[in-house]
Amino acid sequence: MTTSQPLSPAPRRARTGRWARTPKAPYLFILPYLLIFLTFWAWPIVSSFLMSFKDSRLGADAPYALSNWSRLTQDEFFRTALRNTLVILVIQVPLMLSLATVLAVALNSKLLRAAGWFRFAFFAPLVVGTVAYSAVFRLLFNTDFGVVNRALTGIGLPAVDWLNQSGPAMSVIILAMTWRWTGYNAIILLAGLQGISEDVYEAASIDGATPTQQFWKITLPLLRPTLLFCMVLSVIGTLQLFTEPALITNSGPGNATMTLGTYLYQQGFRSFNFGYASAIAYTVAAIAAVFSIIQLRLFGRET
Amino acid sequence: MTARPQVAAHDSPGVVARRRTSAFWLHLALLPLALLFLAPLWIMAVFSTHPETAIFSPNPPLWFGGAFLENFRGLQADTNFIRTLFNSTAIATLYTVFSMLLTSMGGYAFAKFDFPGKNWLFGLILATLTIPAFVTIIPQFILVARDLKLSNTYWAVILPTLANTIGIFYMRQAFQTVPSDLLNAARIDGASEGRIFWQIALPIVRPALAALAILLFLASWNDYLWPLIVLTQKDSYTMPVALGTLVGLTRVSWGGIMVGTAIATIPFLALFLSLQRHFVAGIAGGAVKD
Repeated sequence: MTTSQPLSPAPRRARTGRWARTPKAPYLFILPYLLIFLTFWAWPIVSSFLMSFKDSRLGADAPYALSNWSRLTQDEFFRTALRNTLVILVIQVPLMLSLATVLAVALNSKLLRAAGWFRFAFFAPLVVGTVAYSAVFRLLFNTDFGVVNRALTGIGLPAVDWLNQSGPAMSVIILAMTWRWTGYNAIILLAGLQGISEDVYEAASIDGATPTQQFWKITLPLLRPTLLFCMVLSVIGTLQLFTEPALITNSGPGNATMTLGTYLYQQGFRSFNFGYASAIAYTVAAIAAVFSIIQLRLFGRET
Repeated sequence: MTARPQVAAHDSPGVVARRRTSAFWLHLALLPLALLFLAPLWIMAVFSTHPETAIFSPNPPLWFGGAFLENFRGLQADTNFIRTLFNSTAIATLYTVFSMLLTSMGGYAFAKFDFPGKNWLFGLILATLTIPAFVTIIPQFILVARDLKLSNTYWAVILPTLANTIGIFYMRQAFQTVPSDLLNAARIDGASEGRIFWQIALPIVRPALAALAILLFLASWNDYLWPLIVLTQKDSYTMPVALGTLVGLTRVSWGGIMVGTAIATIPFLALFLSLQRHFVAGIAGGAVKD
């Protein structure tokens, strides 16, 4: 497993040495990936942590201190961003995953005709880039010209100033994310469903279990590992939410849809305050870790 | 489209009737939902063919018009769209080729060799998988822009994203299906390790490679945040970055944006959906272990 000794090349004569007997090919195969992985992924993870303790506005040789972290605890904008992110997370992820589960079960049903066309509909948003669909959603929810308000007034309901009120703006972002990512989760869940043996359902029907009972007692428990996977990915994705609030609502109105993602971007790449942005980034990582542990504890017991 | 098993002949009339009723409700529930999922795409495609006056008229069009070229010319004038189209294609292609090469070589080694440090290395890669990409974005920027001075180049966009951890897991799983006896037989015949990989192992996992290639291409094609950070000159923009600058403006040219988003989306939609079956298998292969 682990190498207790460093893999230094033994002298060429020592043909019976450990290094001589070690095959070289696997290392050569891994080397290119490993170089990129270490340079552009592993090292930045460490570097970002170190940077969060430096006041980058003082230059590269600033002393290590806790100033960024103490600033975080008092920063009102950070609190707003954190709260908005968590509100979106708590509403959007359960909404999307329950819809995706129901969809996956429906798409997997033997009763469904034209299953290919239905899959087409639900998987299509997956291909749309975030910028493209942000533009479309901004147009759809335009107060004066948007199709959504036209439809609302058409059936006698009042028009909503979607993008200029905090509650409606949040719901537009939640709707947009749900529209885009439900199909993706449904694909993964569908694949999970297809891994469940037909025999289990047949045995259950013979014993007289109704479809509803089968869903709760068979499908959901057997789908749990897949659901857990979807949940962890969705939580990590939502914690980094950037494009939708940046392009649909421009973090507004006021800072009502500012997220940790847009705040990090603003601090890092508008104010070039790298140290402080790193502290925000590590907060995202810490929250992601906490959520992952909770999810594993709650849902990953026997997996 | 999959062939669905028909109702079994020996079922009683009551069971058949009950099946018909539930099938009816199933379709009744799914159909509006499916239309809701398709509606934004339909509106995007239709609006790209109408002048702005029609888009903002009291009765917005629901069918295609004739202003596509006019909208495209406006878009081209605003963003040098053809240039950004070229940039996006070049970046996504280079990224896909290099990423496939790196992850398939690495995945092959993890799947088909035993070597000192293997578990330790794989554990390291596994451990970083749940870390949000956001954590690395600032050091990556400093590395690429300040240390390597690559801002506004294709490599600035490509290099950091090549560290694709999901890809290496996916390829490792694909190569685990290749029989080791086959590789050993080639070794006995005196084939070099490189040749065994290139001419025997790689062709066997071709379906997995195809699915991965399209997912990688799509991810790169649609990526927004990282290109936005490292590309600062208009001529180096990728398509999402160029469209993003338009959307961010207060005076928005919606006809042009709809053309841009339609061009960015519809060819891939067609490709993706024609290969749908591979994706269900492909995404599942990457997602669900054991």
